[in-house]
Amino acid sequence: MSTTVSSSRPGKPQPGANGTDTRAAAVSAKPVTWKTPLLLTAFGLVALVFFGLLAPSRTASFGISTGSDFFQLPALEVNAFAGGLVLSILLLGLAAYAVFLRTRDRQVPGWLTVAFIVLFTAAFLIWVVGGARTPSISLAGLIAGSVTLAVPLVFGSLSGVLCERVGVVNIAIEGQLLGGAFTAAIVASVTQNPLIGLLAAAVAGAVVSMVLALFSIKYLVNQIIVGVVLNVLVSGVTGFLFSTVMQEDSDRFNSPPGLDAIEIPVLSSIPIIGPILFRQSLVGYLMYIAVLVVWVGLFKTRWGLRVRAVGEHPQAADTLGINVNATRFWNVTLGGAVAGIGGSFFTLVAIDSFTKEISGGRGFIALAALIFGRWNPFGAFFAALLFGFADNLQSIVTIIGTPVPSQFMAMLPYLVTVLAVAGLVGKSRGPAASGIPYVKG
Amino acid sequence: MPEKHPPKHAANRPGNTQEATSADESTAAVVSVDTAGGAMEPSAVPATAQSGQLPGGPDTLLRRIFTGSGMVSVLAVLLALIIGGLLIASTDERVATTGGYFLARPTDFLTAVWDAATRSYIALFQGSVFNPRGNSVAAQFAPFMETLTIATPLITAGLGVALAFRAGLFNIGAQGQIIVAGILAAWVGFALHLPLGLHLLLVLVAGIIGGAFWGGLVGLLKARTGAHEVILTIMFNYIALYFLRYLLNTPAFQRPGESNPISPVLDPTAVYPQIFGTQYRLHLGFLLAIAATVLVWWLLNRSTVGFEFRAVGANPKAAQTAGINVSRSTILVMALAGGLAGMSGVAQVAGTEKVLTDGVAATYGFDAITVALLGRSTPWGTFAAGLLFGAFRAGAVQMQIQTGTPIDIVLVVQSLIVLFIAAPPLVRAIFGLNPRRRKPARAAKSREAATTGGAA
Repeated sequence: MSTTVSSSRPGKPQPGANGTDTRAAAVSAKPVTWKTPLLLTAFGLVALVFFGLLAPSRTASFGISTGSDFFQLPALEVNAFAGGLVLSILLLGLAAYAVFLRTRDRQVPGWLTVAFIVLFTAAFLIWVVGGARTPSISLAGLIAGSVTLAVPLVFGSLSGVLCERVGVVNIAIEGQLLGGAFTAAIVASVTQNPLIGLLAAAVAGAVVSMVLALFSIKYLVNQIIVGVVLNVLVSGVTGFLFSTVMQEDSDRFNSPPGLDAIEIPVLSSIPIIGPILFRQSLVGYLMYIAVLVVWVGLFKTRWGLRVRAVGEHPQAADTLGINVNATRFWNVTLGGAVAGIGGSFFTLVAIDSFTKEISGGRGFIALAALIFGRWNPFGAFFAALLFGFADNLQSIVTIIGTPVPSQFMAMLPYLVTVLAVAGLVGKSRGPAASGIPYVKG
Repeated sequence: MPEKHPPKHAANRPGNTQEATSADESTAAVVSVDTAGGAMEPSAVPATAQSGQLPGGPDTLLRRIFTGSGMVSVLAVLLALIIGGLLIASTDERVATTGGYFLARPTDFLTAVWDAATRSYIALFQGSVFNPRGNSVAAQFAPFMETLTIATPLITAGLGVALAFRAGLFNIGAQGQIIVAGILAAWVGFALHLPLGLHLLLVLVAGIIGGAFWGGLVGLLKARTGAHEVILTIMFNYIALYFLRYLLNTPAFQRPGESNPISPVLDPTAVYPQIFGTQYRLHLGFLLAIAATVLVWWLLNRSTVGFEFRAVGANPKAAQTAGINVSRSTILVMALAGGLAGMSGVAQVAGTEKVLTDGVAATYGFDAITVALLGRSTPWGTFAAGLLFGAFRAGAVQMQIQTGTPIDIVLVVQSLIVLFIAAPPLVRAIFGLNPRRRKPARAAKSREAATTGGAA
């Protein structure tokens, strides 16, 4: 899914390119556009007006420690007005620096965007909590919940990374998650062993992926079509079997034993970090491992170099003796297995039974996280965390009662993604050959 | 599996010019398939073309019919139905019990399988086309009217998806476009009070504008920033859905005195009249869907704009070189696609539902994708596919009531049909219809043709 931001489209030149041929610029160097600086400025102003000037002068309190912690830290208390003002001025400072860089024809560095997002989120959080009926939330709970909600998203977007890096667009993440969730539930119920359920979920995800690979690589069917159709197919098959098999005898087929959280003594009691790093289910720990392994694998090993070569320039890779289509097939399969494990999170960790459409569109959010994270495992991980955060915040703010309707909070990840693909995160470019089938000769 | 055919290509290559051309052709077809966003352009659908060009001399007429693309479509439907039937049978109780003594009396088992599958499909047919148990002729054809009713939003949304396909754009956003259209149309329908005729017209226009706006926005973003339309449309679907949910909790949209998120009922002047009287739900929207099909056919095949769309879809760079404004085409085609999907939104709020809820789009937007794919993105193909899937939907309800087979089986059959139609070589291989080897000397060539058929 190449979301090339540098417009190779005809007609309008990029704003600020001032008539220079952007296509030529794209060839010679990365085009430096006004887009990011302007967007940052706009968001900085929004922050100043809403989070700063219009913020209520109340104290927002963020609990850091929970009762079970190793040592207690006092709750963080911020005046919403002052906090919002300070943060929005910092945001405008960052935006001004981006504008300054643009005037020197320099690219906006990645750290700047990241810092901007973090500060903006903080300002937003203070504003939301400050305006709530009960202006107090547990930061620890918010973050821990975000990580939990992000687990399937991370696995899904890792699956996307593995597939797209090798040149196959994976729209079927949703189907892989759903297939994994279903299989994990039924196998774990029958065997009464969650570990076997976990394995079966990986196999199910891989099977869905193999269909994707078979049709898109062997039969050269458009990859997006196969992905879309596979989502429907998996939804239909799991829905059918849920109604006919699981509901008939839910004790036997739909009551999987769950994977409990494994606590690492002492470490799990560190405030904030403890619960997210050292009090996770097996799937949660696997998530951290998977992110690391995929990153190391893709960028530090020979296998990864080959994978990326196939995804960027299959002809060249073929010339050098890499079997393009076999590489693609097995990578897509691997990606499916990863997403399948993510799917098992729904039925083995989060909820202890399967229901229809349990993945609820999270496969598409994972897809968004993948793009937002620029096809990088770590980027995808943090993007998924951000989406998990928005998801969790939505349910928390409905409890504490805020000025923002919860529907808008729920809308946030999607709006952010639209902004991301439209160019906020600078140039987001996918693997060059992603989505293009390779025919030798 | 994937490594099988490239070496074959390579091995067969040298010293055969005819073959080289065929390989080149297949590559060209692949390129056009890709840029068109799917294998649905008739020109890019190679099944007939490829098998028609077999180097093994003229085929018999019969064989050509059986390997042609029309036949592949029929076989794909048949295959999907068979697999669906097996799935139904696999969860059937009698199949399970007779399976226990399969070796002793295999006929019992096979009869049970046949019964389980056919019983469901007969119920499906009776629920969608003709019910012989009806009291009167009107009641007997009631299922067919229901099919047409359900097909209405499928056809218009499918046309929207198909139109975008032809311009090389993958419009997954019919769902969101239906929702936005539904919001505007419903609001005009219950908030304004206008005379008969004018009111309905305004509802229709509002819906089309709503859909066109939502679709056009995607086109605009794509044209200006190069963002991928698949991602944009998926995200816009969710944004539209949450916006609708928000609106249904505001005083402007929520029915007074109601705590559920549901709008007031549309004025009687704002709803589609029922074509064949009040006994059927079939409404004027169906005739408008036919009109829309004609319009899209004319647009694509007879108008300059349509030619530009197709040119952009086939090869955007070439189109640009030829002086076509690709940005303008992208925005326009997405707006038109959204407008067509908007008609589905109107059909929902002014035709069948008569209120606005957050389920206004049901799954029509997603089904529209499969409808367009099955119809190979031609207007009349989409129309026929819409009728078929409408029949599935209508019949599935009856099937679930009569035989207990869950509605989800329809999703399975639908998606399998599309998968198989997209891969003609697979279908032909399963039914043993791949071009046979005529003479030993030409065997290699025939096989080559078969693989290129697969390639394209």
